[in-house]
Amino acid sequence: MSASIIVGLDGSEASGRAADAAADAARRHDLRLVLACVVPWSPYSFSTAEENERRTIDKEREAKSARERVLDPAVARLSAAGDLTVEGVVRHGHPAETLVSLAREEDAAWIIVGRVGQSRVRTLLFGSTPSSLIQLSPIPVLVVP
Amino acid sequence: MNTSLSSPQAATFDEQVNDVFAPISDFITGIVFYAVPLGFIDEGVELPLIVVWLVIAGVFFTIYLKGFQFRAFGHAIQLIKGKYDDPNDAGEVTHFQALATAVSGTVGLGNIAGVAVAISLGGPGATFWMIIAGLVGMCTKGVECTLGVKYRRVYPDGRVSGGPMYYLSQGLKEKGKGTLGKVLAVLFCIFTLGGAVGGGNMFQANQAFAQAQSVTGGADGWLGFGAAGAVFGLVLAILVGAVIIGGIRSIARVTDKLVPFMAVFYVIACLSVLFANFTEIPNALWEILRTAFSPEAGFGGVVGVLIQGFRRAAFSNEAGLGSAAIAHSAVKTNEPATEGHVAVLEPFIDTVVICTMTALAIVITGTWADEASAPGVETTSAAFETVADWFPIVLAIAVILFAYSTMLAWSYYGLKASTYLFGESMFVDRTWKLIFCIFVVIGASSTLDAVIGFSDSMIFLMSLPNIIGLYILSRVVKRELFGYRERLAHGALLPVAERGITPSPTGGSTAATTGVDGTTPNPPPSVEDR
Repeated sequence: MSASIIVGLDGSEASGRAADAAADAARRHDLRLVLACVVPWSPYSFSTAEENERRTIDKEREAKSARERVLDPAVARLSAAGDLTVEGVVRHGHPAETLVSLAREEDAAWIIVGRVGQSRVRTLLFGSTPSSLIQLSPIPVLVVP
Repeated sequence: MNTSLSSPQAATFDEQVNDVFAPISDFITGIVFYAVPLGFIDEGVELPLIVVWLVIAGVFFTIYLKGFQFRAFGHAIQLIKGKYDDPNDAGEVTHFQALATAVSGTVGLGNIAGVAVAISLGGPGATFWMIIAGLVGMCTKGVECTLGVKYRRVYPDGRVSGGPMYYLSQGLKEKGKGTLGKVLAVLFCIFTLGGAVGGGNMFQANQAFAQAQSVTGGADGWLGFGAAGAVFGLVLAILVGAVIIGGIRSIARVTDKLVPFMAVFYVIACLSVLFANFTEIPNALWEILRTAFSPEAGFGGVVGVLIQGFRRAAFSNEAGLGSAAIAHSAVKTNEPATEGHVAVLEPFIDTVVICTMTALAIVITGTWADEASAPGVETTSAAFETVADWFPIVLAIAVILFAYSTMLAWSYYGLKASTYLFGESMFVDRTWKLIFCIFVVIGASSTLDAVIGFSDSMIFLMSLPNIIGLYILSRVVKRELFGYRERLAHGALLPVAERGITPSPTGGSTAATTGVDGTTPNPPPSVEDR
């Protein structure tokens, strides 16, 4: 039996609705809710020496900002009713791949994401997280409009 | 297409700059390149001691570490693929990034212009010796970068930086040679400042201008006027300043993304020159081998060819100079030896691959023997021109981008050296960066000889304190590298994918899906509801 539902959050309205849908499902099936915010990052990107020197600080800063801006409000909102186990996770990596590996670690039943992320231009150029999730995920993916 | 001669009306700013600068350069060059005359072999043959110094270090470490650079190769590739990266370290500097940063600092005009100089002065045989020097330099580089990571410094605010100044001061202190370590560290920093304004700046600016001028019509084109070098230098200085002083990262980011593509494109361009003349390839290879051992000038000539090859290789891949240790040190790892492995790839990419490409293109097309153009980037440009008219323009873009990224890298090395010498402060930071920008203008205005002399001397001086330190710390390096290899061989260090509980590696989509597909996935609860 699966234990949890993974929600990909990026601070957009759609991802907020995804979190709501996930909360409903979690109540109905008595599952843990894992809210995940993935900071886009690639191990193969190019950087300057000065950026490398500051990388550890920058990583902390990015994670902190993701936590404060995106995760904490959502965790607070969803756990307010008191009937759900909600936790927040920040990771660096390729969004879809990271959600999939998180789903594996957390023994998830579904991955739930919002349909439109924050930037349409990026979606046009690089594809969207939902569409790559559909390609990658070993478990059902629910895309919330 | 001869741009080395300035037009008659130009007894100008550029020449004035050159008149002031040339004597200083000559003086320093004379000291650094003190050469032992080898009159007993052949008249006029000289052996610059500094080149011997670099080569002996490379050979010593290659023997002492039992050909480490060749054994390290396979594992180095696994490391940059991220096979050994802890998934929890996602977001930190990876081996790939550390290597890419270092390579973009090293792949510069040494690979295009330096090679042309070596072959013009030493003949095709210089290529052979350049490759040998590259293979030997791989080991020195691995040694430096292992130490760079081992003795790097983590600042209270979390920044990570390292380099020879730290392994010289800290490492030698551990060996009970604290005072010597401090002296060497300070010397290294002083020479780094010189190297940064020389090879890392003026040489780059100079050759970028030479190529820009040559593709716009030479001395008669619109970059042919007397102060053109200064104007070009000023524009370049503003672009450099915008990033390093103004903090306009977006420019640096754009070049960082372009440089790898330009490097690939450059290699493709060289290959197309080779392909267009593919019937000549066996001849060229034979010519390289033959002249490497028996040039017309007899044994004395061999030494001359060898020196040219070694000198340009060292200038291009910077092995033994210590600069790369600064760039590699920010990598996220608990094992200094891992970066030592990865670093051996740097001279390989730089010298064995890219420099050799340039060399083959020049030798095959025969442009090296052309007396009409000054040896330097124009020689390479002429080789490219044999394939297509517009190739030199692409080369000019590549040259300017390489020059630019190398300048940014060296401004950082210089910054690290100056903050080590004068302490961390906004004043030191800004003063250094301003001086750096001024030298961009001087470099673009001077003649190649003056600039090459100065650049070489300063950059090679860095190897003095650095290599002394490497010798003293050689046992530390051996322990690190061999200890790591042993743990690797006995399975104490496994790739992430083979460790017990398998958190799937980040990156690499195929890796992320295998393993789950093989097992039966849990049926989703929704199935029961329906």
